[in-house]
Amino acid sequence: MLCYARLGAHRRGPHSLRLWSPKLTDKLIEVRNLYFARGARRIFENLNLTIARGEITAIMGPSGTGKTTLLQLITRQLVPDRGQIIVDGVNIATLNQKQLYTLRQRFGMLFQNGALLTDMSVFENVAFPLREHTRLTNRLIRHVVLTKLHAVGLRGAADMMPRELSGGMARRVALARAMVMDPEILIYDEPFVGLDPISMGVIVRLVRRMNDSLGLSSIIVSHDVREISEVADCSYLISDGKVAASGSPEELEKQSSELVRQFMHGMADGPVAFHYEAPDYEEQLLGRDEK
Amino acid sequence: MLRDLYITLTGFLRTFGAMNLFFLQLLRYTPVTLVKRFRLVIWQVHNAGALSIVIIMVCGLFVGGVLGLQAYSNLERFNAEDTVGIFVAFALAKEIGPVITALLFAGRAGTTLASEIGLMKATDQLAAMEMMAVNPVHRVVVPRFLGGVISMPILTGVFTMVGLLGGHLVAVEMLGVDVGAFWQQMQQTLDLEDVNEGIIKSFVFGVVASLVAVWEGYNAIPTAEGVGRATTRTVVVTAIAVLILDFMITAIVL
Repeated sequence: MLCYARLGAHRRGPHSLRLWSPKLTDKLIEVRNLYFARGARRIFENLNLTIARGEITAIMGPSGTGKTTLLQLITRQLVPDRGQIIVDGVNIATLNQKQLYTLRQRFGMLFQNGALLTDMSVFENVAFPLREHTRLTNRLIRHVVLTKLHAVGLRGAADMMPRELSGGMARRVALARAMVMDPEILIYDEPFVGLDPISMGVIVRLVRRMNDSLGLSSIIVSHDVREISEVADCSYLISDGKVAASGSPEELEKQSSELVRQFMHGMADGPVAFHYEAPDYEEQLLGRDEK
Repeated sequence: MLRDLYITLTGFLRTFGAMNLFFLQLLRYTPVTLVKRFRLVIWQVHNAGALSIVIIMVCGLFVGGVLGLQAYSNLERFNAEDTVGIFVAFALAKEIGPVITALLFAGRAGTTLASEIGLMKATDQLAAMEMMAVNPVHRVVVPRFLGGVISMPILTGVFTMVGLLGGHLVAVEMLGVDVGAFWQQMQQTLDLEDVNEGIIKSFVFGVVASLVAVWEGYNAIPTAEGVGRATTRTVVVTAIAVLILDFMITAIVL
């Protein structure tokens, strides 16, 4: 794996010192020989990848390749059929619910649609994890929440309800919520989809800034090649259930593989078919395929 | 055909078993929820109970009125119109009060619970809670379930009392039954056991209606169509379950 070969060269913020212990290695998450299927449809087969500590790792791939599914497997929202997912040296399949929840407190996740709790204000959404997991006073919670909202530029929207927010604002609030517990690992599921150029620029800069200043490790699932190239230290390109290529965005650009070139340059023709498997077009239009 | 029957039967048994396990999970979290999330439970009592009170009162008033009319028109033939109060009270306290309240509860509060939880699932809110290390069953489902269970006997009580008032208005005020006879006969004939039967039924129906609603919502297919189907199933399954249980409880108590 190209990405793993470069481990140790990444930036490390002061915040990450608290994570350091002799047991820890630069491999934060390892996916080993992963096999996962939905019914008869195979999603992953013998997938191997490593997420490095302190880096921004991008997981890219054409639509329908299972990028979000991979995130759900990494966070054990789904359980693999075969293979292992190791987080900080622990196989997450072996954790009981309490241990899993303890582990998840180290994660922050930004969902594709924000997934804000619709019956709570923006402030209460961000305060939610603090109220659930800490015994901080209301005054302190207010300070923390306003700090996080300020970081995403939405301190002024604290009293608004989720239904009053635009898509970009909702995602920024979700980002504030994802980082309110100071997680070690931030996971972004398609953070750039449907954003206007301004919101997208803001999110891209936020991702980079937070990762560096807070010493986080980030995983971004996306198929926005240009934005990923701006922020990712390492990218994995997934296709047909396996890692088709990996490396820094520059390295991927230089790859000669047809699949990588097709994906990176957005070409219609290539190993990834634009059309889903279907009967002959002409035959179907003429009704000859009907029995 | 036998194969279809087999598939349907095993599917039903699997769902029934899973629902029972889900119920045990709710019971497991109930003591902690009552202690740590009491405010959420109260809020859900408000949502399921207080917000249903108008519809319950309106229906109770008219059902009581209809019972008064029917009782009067039949008992009059035997010169027994003074016993209208007994008929209305028995019907409301033992059968009609708990059953109709449960059906109304399924239509008003049950559908709200199912669609609310289903939509939370469809919009990843439950998954987001999981990722924030908050158990959605504990945080979202149990308070709603308890809110329904607590609300049902109260709503049944309201329905029955307003129904008696409806019966009084029709029988006494409109049809001229003696007011003293109406209430006196009722007081003398209706035992605490009869009232208890209604209370037991309302509690059981509350558990069933709330369980079906939260189960359907929690297991809804996370799409608009899936949530719609879950909402419909909530009403249908609750109605069937309530009527079957009503028969069973009545048979046991009698």
